[in-house]
Amino acid sequence: MKVSDLLNNGFLEITLPDGDREIDGVYIGDLLSWVMGRASQDNAWITIMSNINVIAVATLADTACVILAEDVDLPEDVKAQAEIKDINVLKSPLPIYETAVRLHELLS
Amino acid sequence: MSEPLVFHYEVDGSDFTSAGTASVAVKKSLRQLGLPSEVIRKLSIAMYEGEINMVIHANGGTADVIVTEDHVDIVLKDNGPGIPDVEKAMQEGYSTATAEIHSLGFGAGMGLPNMKRYSDEMSIETELGVGTTIRMRINMA
Ligand SMILES: Nc1ncnc2c1ncn2[C@@H]1O[C@H](COP(=O)(O)OP(=O)(O)OP(=O)(O)O)[C@@H](O)[C@H]1O
Ligand SMILES: [Mg+2]
Repeated sequence: MKVSDLLNNGFLEITLPDGDREIDGVYIGDLLSWVMGRASQDNAWITIMSNINVIAVATLADTACVILAEDVDLPEDVKAQAEIKDINVLKSPLPIYETAVRLHELLS
Repeated sequence: MSEPLVFHYEVDGSDFTSAGTASVAVKKSLRQLGLPSEVIRKLSIAMYEGEINMVIHANGGTADVIVTEDHVDIVLKDNGPGIPDVEKAMQEGYSTATAEIHSLGFGAGMGLPNMKRYSDEMSIETELGVGTTIRMRINMA
């Protein structure tokens, strides 16, 4: 499933510079070194962290997209960085668990 | 690529918001060089952890990346406080990070273990009050 396919399914766009990217699996976490160590390339990464370091981690871990759960917003300067670095960021109004369950339904 | 390619970066220790700049820049340069994506991913994650550590724990330093035909070396050098007990610091979950650092998403105590995990060779030279030099090698194949 492509990142852009999530948009009609309860996920909202924050930035979508690379919407055609395919999602392969999901990783959930807020501690950045855990994400770096455990997330796989092309994962959708669900988190409630929204500071600038999230963009660096998404770039280096090469995740397909960042999904901010719990209706968390991205500060404007971080959003600008996401655009520059080609990082897809979506948002979900649901809590983390429900967000993950929804993703699971869509991905399987 | 017969001559080794060298990238040199100064890592600013005062600015959390720009932390990771060197690693992201290296990733981009190595992509342009056409290195295998798995090699690039491993080395840029390992370098990022080291870069962040220099910012958080050592007030900045320098990063050098040396690319040869069969491996990439990363040398991270700082003049920070040094690491009192390297064996302990290498354990998953060990961290001296403050609450402020935690609120940024760092301080899980997974950085050094990640560096070990993503590099093929790693060595730490450290002296209290003098600084720390970490060398990592990632093989191409
Ligand atoms: N360059 C350094 N200079 C001085 N101390 C360091 C340095 N790098 C690491 N340390 C020490 O080693 C500990 C463990 O480092 P590690 O990177 O594994 O975890 P962390 O940085 O605390 O958290 P995380 O990397 O998960 O965000 C640190 O908390 C710190 O005490
Ligand atoms: Mg660390």
